[in-house]
Amino acid sequence: MRAGNMSRHLTGWLLASPLSLVLILFLVLPIAMIVVVSFWKATEFSIIPAFSMENYDFLFGSPVTYRVFGTTIKYALIVWVFTLGIGFAVAYFLAFHVRSQTWQIALFLLCTIPFWTSNIIRMISWIPFLGRNGLANSALISMGVTEEPLDWLLYSDFSVILAFVHLYTLFMVVPIFNTMMRIDKSLIEAAYDAGATGFQTLTNVIIPLCKPGIMIGTIFVITLVMGDFVTVRFMSGSQSANVGRLIQNDIALLQYPSASATAVVLLVTVLMVIGILLRFVDIRKEL
Amino acid sequence: MEPRSRSFYVLAGFFGLFLLFLYGPTFTIAILSFQGPQGGLTFPMRGTSLHWFRDLFEQQAVGDIWGSFRRSLALGLMVMVTTVVVSVMGGLAFRKRFAGNAVLFYLVITALVIPSILISLGVGLIFSQLGLPIHWASSGFGSQLTWTLPFGLLIMFAVFNRFDKSYEEAARDQGASNWQTIRHVILPIIAPSLIGVALFGFTLSYDEFARTLLTAGSYNTLPLEIYGMTTNVTTPVIFALGTLTTAFSLVIIAVFLLTVWGLNRRRARQGSDAGKGMV
Repeated sequence: MRAGNMSRHLTGWLLASPLSLVLILFLVLPIAMIVVVSFWKATEFSIIPAFSMENYDFLFGSPVTYRVFGTTIKYALIVWVFTLGIGFAVAYFLAFHVRSQTWQIALFLLCTIPFWTSNIIRMISWIPFLGRNGLANSALISMGVTEEPLDWLLYSDFSVILAFVHLYTLFMVVPIFNTMMRIDKSLIEAAYDAGATGFQTLTNVIIPLCKPGIMIGTIFVITLVMGDFVTVRFMSGSQSANVGRLIQNDIALLQYPSASATAVVLLVTVLMVIGILLRFVDIRKEL
Repeated sequence: MEPRSRSFYVLAGFFGLFLLFLYGPTFTIAILSFQGPQGGLTFPMRGTSLHWFRDLFEQQAVGDIWGSFRRSLALGLMVMVTTVVVSVMGGLAFRKRFAGNAVLFYLVITALVIPSILISLGVGLIFSQLGLPIHWASSGFGSQLTWTLPFGLLIMFAVFNRFDKSYEEAARDQGASNWQTIRHVILPIIAPSLIGVALFGFTLSYDEFARTLLTAGSYNTLPLEIYGMTTNVTTPVIFALGTLTTAFSLVIIAVFLLTVWGLNRRRARQGSDAGKGMV
């Protein structure tokens, strides 16, 4: 019995060893390195091993930090609301209104294909829409909604949020669709038989049963938005900053210790959010 | 069949708008990449031409597009093969509990949710402090795996959660060894899902940007090259490049999906091979 146990552990370790190796080398060690370097000092052109709280003191003493973390959380919350609303509606349509399985698969694939294409290209492709002479402005002018082209369409909070929603809604659609497909249809019929209206069925039966999918989608969207630095730079035309941008700026100035300190605070924030969300869902069971 | 409710039409309309939102911009730049030589980044079209595509194939004023494309392709294939092999092994490992499996699982989740810039920064710091050369095939390769492996592994979890264990038990009862069971029973059954894992591995690597930013070294991958272009290129040549890479991605996706479809069809046609085997 004991020997059997031992060999089971051994097989498990052997099979898991390549995965563990990659994660230790390229996840655990880099995080450890960032934590260590966050206590180092920097000159203009080199970094010096030390144990100093300077970077954290500066970080927590600067009003910029709080503003930038505020912006990051603001983006995350707004994008979450939109992706959840859109993602839920799309998943609901696919799961409950599309009756033929072939169509269901085809439409589902249509929703997921952009995930496998380039994010940067998808961001660039908003330029002809939102620019001063873009499609949106010419449409608005020709409809007489506005006389002057709107400046805030591109390079603003609006365009940043639009791009985030564009890029990440499918991270909501897929897990919510997945949980919806597993709802036993007889539960919904039972709700109707018991006299529930469509809306009551939605709020009392479908939404509670979709909670795991909603949580997984939420984890994806929140972490992707909070960790982003490309979308904000590109879509705000460098006029807005989130934490990722702050880190990237420090990196560009070779201020690695200061970048590391900000990165540590960002990581702790993200992991706390995930820790809270994971209390509501057991990911391994939901796959 | 019961008649369609009103909510069907409302949601169908919403779904149509969503698809338009999803694909509209991409179609727009596809159209704009055929701008005439005098055309700009927005409408109106000033004639139509292949001018900007020709620009891509000629000696470029900006960067090294074809070199970066070759590198992205090679890196994508490396990441794809590694992701499939490591995910299958990891998936098999997680079917039984082993000491430390919970820790490893949380590491996988961390790899998935960690802000990409931390991987970029951390890996870059380690390589530079150790004096190792930063190169897309070493540091870049490892960094991308932290993004593709979690997806591969989650797919494997989903596959093995639905796996009917009686097939394996039957194989064991017939005297198959562990390896024979994996090789002749488990792998053929999960083959279509492995193509899915490969699709994730390749495309996520081919388009990966944030985790390669500080880890690719002096030779750019294609997404890094495009990112560089966004700051200094103001002609539709960037749309032409965008259209070409998107078209390339779509071809790859189509090939993968058709392979899965073909495998499933073949399986459905052949059905059970009971009574045909002589082994």
